Amino acid sequence: MIEVKNLTKYYGDHLAVDNISFTVEDGEILGFLGPNGAGKSTTMNMLTGYISSSSGQALINGIDILEDPIKAKANIGYLPELPPLYQDMTVMGYLNFVYDLKKCKLPRKSHLTEICNLCKINDVSHRIIRRLSKGYRQRVGMAQALVGNPPILILDEPTVGLDPKQIIEIRNLIKKLGKRHTLILSSHILSEIQAVCDRVIIINKGKMAADDTLENLTKSVSSINRITVRLDGNRDEVLGAIRLINGVKSVRADMEREGGIYDYEIVLEDGADIRVMINEMCKEHGWSIYKMANDEMTLEDIFMRITMGEDMPESRSDMPKKIVRLTTPEDIKQAEPEETFSEAVEETVSTDDNNGYTAADDSEKEEAEE
Amino acid sequence: MGAIFRREMGAFFSSPIAYVYLTVFYVFSGVCFYLFTLSYGISDMSSFFSMLFWAGFLLIPVLTMRSFSEEKMQKTDQGLLTAPISLGGIVLGKYFAALVMYTIGIAIIFVYALILSAFGTVTWGIVVSNFIALFLLGAAFISVGVFISSLTENQFIAYIISLLLLFVMCVMQELAGLVENASVPEIFEPIVGAVATGMNAISFYNKFYDFTCGLFDLSSVLFYVSFAAVFNFLTVRVLETRRWK
Repeated sequence: MIEVKNLTKYYGDHLAVDNISFTVEDGEILGFLGPNGAGKSTTMNMLTGYISSSSGQALINGIDILEDPIKAKANIGYLPELPPLYQDMTVMGYLNFVYDLKKCKLPRKSHLTEICNLCKINDVSHRIIRRLSKGYRQRVGMAQALVGNPPILILDEPTVGLDPKQIIEIRNLIKKLGKRHTLILSSHILSEIQAVCDRVIIINKGKMAADDTLENLTKSVSSINRITVRLDGNRDEVLGAIRLINGVKSVRADMEREGGIYDYEIVLEDGADIRVMINEMCKEHGWSIYKMANDEMTLEDIFMRITMGEDMPESRSDMPKKIVRLTTPEDIKQAEPEETFSEAVEETVSTDDNNGYTAADDSEKEEAEE
Repeated sequence: MGAIFRREMGAFFSSPIAYVYLTVFYVFSGVCFYLFTLSYGISDMSSFFSMLFWAGFLLIPVLTMRSFSEEKMQKTDQGLLTAPISLGGIVLGKYFAALVMYTIGIAIIFVYALILSAFGTVTWGIVVSNFIALFLLGAAFISVGVFISSLTENQFIAYIISLLLLFVMCVMQELAGLVENASVPEIFEPIVGAVATGMNAISFYNKFYDFTCGLFDLSSVLFYVSFAAVFNFLTVRVLETRRWK
């Protein structure tokens, strides 16, 4: 188990990590997500004792990394951003060195062979590391972290620089490892986190922007209810009919998909479900439904909302002032009353202004054109 | 410590460093042995030994320049510093590997002494005490080299700075002479005298010279050993403070 309490790191005057707190339970796979330079690696380096925190505390299985570093480090397998490989050694020589370095007690030969099999490096085990490809080096780095079978694994961008096939392999390996180890994994690749992690922490500019399960995160941020319907029928008539339905906030017609068939993007009030009503409306008018979809947010959307929010605050002040708020802070709080990520909510709100702004603005334009 | 020591030894021999160091040391000492001992037809090795003092000074930075610089450059220090070992263990592992490497070099003097014993009588006591002198000198110098290496990522800079520092230490007694003879107002003379005495006290050559004459002085041994301990401690401090930056 990893407990992080108010961890802060200054590099000189520069605040790299700002008051981060979280807990990782045994057997959990935690994804650490953030743009480059957000403080992911710094946080991981503090957890593994490579650098010291300016303030705050990190407990590794209950042991403070600064108070008893040797004992705490014995619980961690760490793959830094750049695997710490000695170029002049063979893969096996290097793993033997790490085995000695970690004062590993497991039977040497069978343990190292098992790791080589797991990381699929047995066919290069007698080659010099300098001559290995990037993908193999990454895997040796992974093997190095696994030596001694530490209960906690911390992997900093484990798939960086690998080809798609290797990425899938490493991802499968991580999933397999997640069953036996507590795992923290950092990445700026969202699909990767989505593929393997139980829980996500989004970190931006050194601050924690969100900490939740993927499912909750998607639910809470996408509490803007949106539905897309593809219908035939006269466009203006359809727009008019949809506007009459209870619970519809706004609607706009998207591009013409086929002759006379349009996509209609409907924004709903919270909790409203109009699918049945749409069906009935169509029956009434003799229109046909070609497609109906609830727009779900992907991790990409969430990530963009949370991390981009701060970057585009005043730039749009030239736009019309009338803002249709899709979500208000109250809405979010109602939707997720006992959420632990109040910070995320705050961030979301500030972004929602922008996003709601553009969406509403577009629909207004669209409507005006009509 | 053991793991790092073994890796360092392996790295010496898988890189050119061990071969360059041993070749240069053996050739240099061989030439000196011929010039200062064999060619005169004498069995006194003292001038030969005083030349080895300078060989040690030139070659020790070669052994130590990459110890921490390269780790930092290749980012392999991250592996060491996040492993469950103490900083002292890391420093001592590297320190003793360089010391053993150095000792493999200086052990050649026993071969020369054996050769000489075929032609005349060799005072083995003097040979052994010279070996101890060279060993202790190396023990002190290597700690300085490792310390300098922990300060920079660049091996070449590590070599040059170590060389410079060792040079100042080697000529300390000459500098002390200069200070002693400097013409200063009378009231400063006690101060100057004290400084010169101090500089003479930490002179490496004076202590080395005592050993080469067969004078085994325990205080000199303590001086070398504590000098090495201080610099190894400083290296640990450098690694420690780097974390806090």
